[in-house]
Amino acid sequence: MTTSTTGTLLPPGAPPAIPSPWALPDKGKVGMLLLILAESSFFAIFVVAYLFYIGKSLNGPFPADVLDLPIVGSICLLSSSVTIMVAIRALRAGQTGRFNLWWLVTILLGLEFLIGTGVEWYGLIVHHGLWIDTNLFGTTFYSLVGFHAFHVTIGLLMLSLVLFFGLTGRLAPEHAERTEILSWYWHFVDTVWIVVFTVVYVVGR
Amino acid sequence: MTVLEEGIARPHAPERASAWEVVHDWVTTVDHKKLGVMYISSALVFFLIAGFEATLMRIQLAVPNNDFLPPNTFNRLFTMHGTTMVFLVGMPMFFGFANYLTPLMIGARDLAFPRMNAFGFWLFLFGGILLYFSFLGGDGLYGAGTAPDVGWFAYAPLTGKAFSRGNSTDYWILGILVSGFGSTGTALNLAATILTMRCPGMTWGKLPLFVWLMLVNCLLTLIILTPLTAAQVMLLFDRYLGAHFFDTQAGGSAVLWQHFFWFFGHPEVYVLILPAFAMANEIVPVFSRKPLFGYPFMVGATVLIGFISLSVWAHHMFVVGLSPAANTFFTLSTMAIAVPTGIKIFNWLGTMWGGKIRFKMPMLWCTAFLFSFVIAGLTGVMLAVVPWDWQLSDSYFVVAHFHFVLIGGLLFNIFAAIYYWFPKVTGRMLDEKLGRLHFWIFATGFYLTFTTMHFPGLLGMPRRIYTYEAGRGWDTLNLITSLGVAVQLVGLTFFLWNVVRSLLKGDPAGDDPWDAWTLEWSTTSPPPEYNFEQIPVVHSRRPLWDLKHPEDPDWRYE
Repeated sequence: MTTSTTGTLLPPGAPPAIPSPWALPDKGKVGMLLLILAESSFFAIFVVAYLFYIGKSLNGPFPADVLDLPIVGSICLLSSSVTIMVAIRALRAGQTGRFNLWWLVTILLGLEFLIGTGVEWYGLIVHHGLWIDTNLFGTTFYSLVGFHAFHVTIGLLMLSLVLFFGLTGRLAPEHAERTEILSWYWHFVDTVWIVVFTVVYVVGR
Repeated sequence: MTVLEEGIARPHAPERASAWEVVHDWVTTVDHKKLGVMYISSALVFFLIAGFEATLMRIQLAVPNNDFLPPNTFNRLFTMHGTTMVFLVGMPMFFGFANYLTPLMIGARDLAFPRMNAFGFWLFLFGGILLYFSFLGGDGLYGAGTAPDVGWFAYAPLTGKAFSRGNSTDYWILGILVSGFGSTGTALNLAATILTMRCPGMTWGKLPLFVWLMLVNCLLTLIILTPLTAAQVMLLFDRYLGAHFFDTQAGGSAVLWQHFFWFFGHPEVYVLILPAFAMANEIVPVFSRKPLFGYPFMVGATVLIGFISLSVWAHHMFVVGLSPAANTFFTLSTMAIAVPTGIKIFNWLGTMWGGKIRFKMPMLWCTAFLFSFVIAGLTGVMLAVVPWDWQLSDSYFVVAHFHFVLIGGLLFNIFAAIYYWFPKVTGRMLDEKLGRLHFWIFATGFYLTFTTMHFPGLLGMPRRIYTYEAGRGWDTLNLITSLGVAVQLVGLTFFLWNVVRSLLKGDPAGDDPWDAWTLEWSTTSPPPEYNFEQIPVVHSRRPLWDLKHPEDPDWRYE
C-alpha cells in the first residue's frame, strides 16, 4: 500500500468520483461468450482426437476413397451468417417484415446444410459401409461431424422459435439485442464448421 | 432492516411454516444464498459418505493379510471415495461458497441467471445420486459389478466393454457427466455475475480477492470441464456404439484417454485448491488486522496459476513412457507453477507479519493450512522430478501428497470458512471451545495419518492394493495411519456436534462479528432475500473499513 500524493491531497470525505453512469457489459452477451468458450473446449477435444487418428485406421474405407468436399452445404452455412446479420439489422430498424424474410432465409440455409450432411451420411453408411464402429476414421468422423450437426440442429430449433415470435408479431426493435446474442451462437457454429471442414475434408483427406 | 420491518403492518405474528411449505420453499428456490447452503450441505453429506468409505479402507489396511473387505469391494470403495471427494465434495464446496458469497461481496442481489443456478445445483445433486444408485442398479444385464471399480481416473482399456461388464462404469460416466453439466452452467453463471454485476465503484483493482479467485476458477472450470465431458462421451460411444477411441485392438490409444483425462484432471486440482486460497485471502487479513499484503501480486499469481495449470497435466503420466522432450517440458512447467503458489504463501505470511493476530477458529485453521500446504507443495515439486516420479508414481507417497493438498490445503480452509461465515449464514456463532477441540483433535489425526503415509510409499507400498504381506516394514506405519483416522473421526464428531448445537442455541452473531471489511458484513445475518436495501457504492478494497473509519479511509492510499 503506497501513499499516493494525489490521495493525500483530497479533502476528507470526498472519495474519487466513480465513473457515471456505472456501466458493465451486458450479462446475456457475456454469458453467451462464456458458453462459446466452454463449447470451444469441447470441440477442441474431438478435433484433437480426429487429428491424432488420421491415417491410423487398420481397415477401410479411408477418407480419400469416400469423402467429397461438401461445397454447397458449406456455402449455405457460411452465407447464413451473413443473412442473420442482415435480419438483425432490419429488426433494429423496425422493419419486422424484412427481418422475418431474412431470418427465414437463414433457417432454410441451415436446413440445406443439414440435408447435405444427411445425404452424405446416407451415402457413407449405405454405399460405402462406413459406420462409427467400422474403423477409427468412422469413429472420429461421425463423432466430430455429428456433434457439429447436433449444434446446427439446436441452433435451428432456437432460430425457428424466434421466427415463430416474428411471424406472430411479437418481435420489436428492443429484441434486437437478444436475437443478436442468439446470432453469436450461430456464428460460433459456423466457425466450428470452418475448423471441421479444414480438419476433416482438407487435412484428413 | 429493522426500520423496514417495523414499517410493515403485521396484524398477527407470522405463522410457523409447515414442513411441506419449508421443503417446497427450498426445492423451488432460485436464491443464491439458499442454493449456496444446499450446495455446502450436500457436499458435507457426500463428505461423510466418502469419509466412511475411506474409514472402511483404512480398517482393511490397518494390519497385514487382513480380510475385513474382499478385493472387489476394496476396488469399488477407492473408486467411489475418489470420485465422490473430487466431484461431489470439492466442486460443490467451491460452488456453494462462491454462490453464497459472490453476490454479497460484489454488492449484487443475485447471480446473473438465478434459474440456471438452481438448475445447475439440481443437476449436480441428481448426478451424485445417480452415481450412488450404482450400488443398487450397477448389476446391469450381466450380473457383474455393482459400484464403479475402475479408479477415479478410469483408465482405458479397463473401462472397455470387454473388461468392465455390467453397467457400473456407465454409472461413473453418466453421474459425472450430469453433474458436470451442472458445474459448467454454474461456473458460467458465476463468471457472468462477476463480469457484469459489480456494484458502482468496484473496479478490477477493488474487487475482493475471494471474488477475483472465483472468477479465475470459473473460467478455468469452463475450459477444462467440457473436455472431460467430451472424453466421457467418447467412452460412452466406445461402450455402446462400438467406436474405437480407446480401443487398442482397432488402433485406438489408451494413452489418449490419459491425456484427455489429465488435461481435465490436473487443472481440476487447481479448481479445487483455488477456493481454499480465496478463503485464506479473506480470513488472514481480517484476523491479522491488516490489509492483504501484495494485492496485485495475488491477482497476478492467480491468473498465472490458471494459465500454467493448463500445461502440466502429463506429470501424471511420466511412467507411461513419454518422450524425453515431453518429460522435460512437463517437469519444468510443474516446477514453474510452484512459483506463483510460493508468492501466495509469502503474501499471506507478509499479511500476518507485524499484524495483531487474533487466533480465533478461522485463523487457527488458516495457519494450519499454511503449514500443511507448504509440505504438500514440497512433495509436489519432488514428484515433478521424473526419476523420483518413476520410483514413486502410484505409491502411497503420491496418496499422502495429494491428501496433504486436499485435506491440509482445501479441507482445513473449508473448516476455516465455515467458522468464519457460519455467523453470516445462520446469525449464530459456532462455539469456540468445541471448535478448539475439533481443531486440535482433527489436525492431530490428520498429521498422524498423512505424515506417516509418506513412508510406506517411500518403502515401496503401491496404492490401491487391498492388502499386503507382513514383514515388509509397512506394518507399524499402516497401523499408525489407520489409528490417525480414528482420531480424525473424533475431531469430526466435535465439529458436527458444534454445528448442530450452534444452529439451535449458538450465541447471536450480529451483522459483523469479526470486525471485517468486505460488503457481506454490511448486511444483516442472515442477509435478507434481496441482500442489500440499497446497492452499495465502494471506493476502496475495504468498503467497511471506510465506513467505520471515515477519518482515515482506504481510498486515500489505493
